[in-house]
Amino acid sequence: MSRKITLNHLTRIEGHAHLIIDKQAGKIESCRLEVVESPRFFEALLKGRHFSDIAPIVARVCGVCSISHTMASLMATDNALGIEPDPRAKVLRRLLSQGEILQSHLLQLYFMAAPDYLGIPSIFQLLTQRSDLFSRALRLKRTANRICEVVGGRAVHPVTTAIGGFSSLPEASELKQLRQELVDALPDLEATVELFAGFDFPDFSRPAEQVCLEQSGQYPLHANRVISSCGINQSVVQFKASIDEYIVPHSTAKMARTERGHYCVGALARVKNSYGRLSPMAQKVATALQMTPETDNPFHGLKARLIEVIHFVEEAIHAIDDLLLHSFASARATAMPKGGGQGVAAVEAPRGLLFHAYSYDQDGLLETADCIIPTAQNLASIEADIESLLPALLDLPDEQLKQRVETLIRSYDPCLSCSTHQLRVAIK
Amino acid sequence: MKTRIGFFDFTGCEGCQLTVMNLENDLLQVLQLVEVVEFRELMSEEVSEIDIAFIEGSITRRQDRERLQTIRERSKILVALGACADNGGVNLLASNQDVASLRQQVYASDAEHLQTFTPLPLHRVVKVDYRIPGCPIDGQEFLAVMQALLLEREPELPNFAVCVECKLAEYPCSFDYGEICLGPVTRAGCRAICIEGGDRCRGCRGLVDNPRTSPYHKVLEEHGLSVQEILEQYRIFHIGEE
Repeated sequence: MSRKITLNHLTRIEGHAHLIIDKQAGKIESCRLEVVESPRFFEALLKGRHFSDIAPIVARVCGVCSISHTMASLMATDNALGIEPDPRAKVLRRLLSQGEILQSHLLQLYFMAAPDYLGIPSIFQLLTQRSDLFSRALRLKRTANRICEVVGGRAVHPVTTAIGGFSSLPEASELKQLRQELVDALPDLEATVELFAGFDFPDFSRPAEQVCLEQSGQYPLHANRVISSCGINQSVVQFKASIDEYIVPHSTAKMARTERGHYCVGALARVKNSYGRLSPMAQKVATALQMTPETDNPFHGLKARLIEVIHFVEEAIHAIDDLLLHSFASARATAMPKGGGQGVAAVEAPRGLLFHAYSYDQDGLLETADCIIPTAQNLASIEADIESLLPALLDLPDEQLKQRVETLIRSYDPCLSCSTHQLRVAIK
Repeated sequence: MKTRIGFFDFTGCEGCQLTVMNLENDLLQVLQLVEVVEFRELMSEEVSEIDIAFIEGSITRRQDRERLQTIRERSKILVALGACADNGGVNLLASNQDVASLRQQVYASDAEHLQTFTPLPLHRVVKVDYRIPGCPIDGQEFLAVMQALLLEREPELPNFAVCVECKLAEYPCSFDYGEICLGPVTRAGCRAICIEGGDRCRGCRGLVDNPRTSPYHKVLEEHGLSVQEILEQYRIFHIGEE
């Protein structure tokens, strides 16, 4: 008996993909995650543009991670031009990145992933049945967006970010108000932990190499070194050089591997590799969610995101305290060099490691650009997980099988707008 | 019965739909008046008839063209959401280059699934009833357009330049920083948010109707700027080329 299961335009993820599973006589013949998002050729679009325009253009790769793209882009350009931002500008950049991770994680946890565990097709169903939960989700998301608005000037596609730092700085009064809002979010966060601790996470494990940045003394966000669960400890430049990006016939997203094979990036990799750097409160939440750094269960991606939410809210409060104590100047007056150069930078985006690398000519015009996106690094692992999970699901009715596979895919929070720059599941 | 609205996306960054989701409390109030019947990014449900379809992104492939036509057939009102849908936006940044060459540069392959054509704004494929410009859209402007449509009034976009909003807010002029600003010819409605953020206007909302180009040329001359430099700026969001 042959059965083809197709999930077309998979829902509740960023971007468009289909999943096609071929079943022959109770055996999986093949499983493909087809990224059908239209190619956008961003790297080629940047060619010939002046360095001052690169970050605002490249932010448009993705609405959800526009801040990460902006950060990676500005840091790569800083490096190319030999500009070293003020230490406090780095704290403010870190605060902005925290705002985006909180925004993206909360949206994903409540709006995209929670419906799978609550047994409903979308969170809009909760509007009437559980309006408390719906309003809480919106309140938390609001607080996260407020960080992006106060620091970045706007929640999507920031306007205050600049080469060397920021072109406009938040007022102390705005930062104080933001700090209060973050403190006020704590009861909602506690209720969120309680909600997710009650979910029944599937029992499944598949060991994989977990890769993230390494930042001395801090939970990784913007750093120069890369570490992995297999013992890799390299500079960003070295690690990036070891990545082999390749295309497959069924996807408009590139895939990435190293000579050791495929690897995973994202919240789970960060929590596993940097567990000791999490705040004490975030570690307590990990215990409440029954998650240890030893986990190899990709469904725990959700737990890792929630743990990071707790950690970053706390860290954002500390960052604001630091910024209130030390004043610094905006980078608008900074004289920009005339010449060019080459620069590479990596940031931890909500979904994991993001690399940008540029070279500029003597007039400061872009010659080459190379962006390696988190989801491109995760796609092969998602396929491998599905293949490994499927044999145990073969006896389930198609609808339940599809539901379980979609839940797995959403655990990775794939962002396909980025990686091509949608998700449907098909069973053959 | 509540008005049924749907959100759809094609080639773009989904930042405009995210801006709608970021309306949070306002969104909660809107949801008392309308029913969101399709929104792939957030829901698994689908329906057949839609009162207002908000569509983000440009059209770059045959199958996208067909999907857009199907959405048009089942929607009473179709609204282009954001620059990519409205005029092509950053997707057309390299419209002076051949698509095959772009594909070679990025993928080094001519495989069939990578085949696209030069990105098209929605109105080049179907009838677009209304438009919300910007990259991304302004959330408040989205609410104003939605309100007008629910009251069966014609939505109106501001028909004056970003400079007006900028001067009213008393922000320093970008030209005085030696930067090139498209504020004098770009449609207002963004509250000059980029200039407030210390950046300059790159024209994401497109040209105002009948832009006063001659005083603008004078401003450029005064600051020693060339037409070529201006054209490069226009190209980012592909404004003034339609």
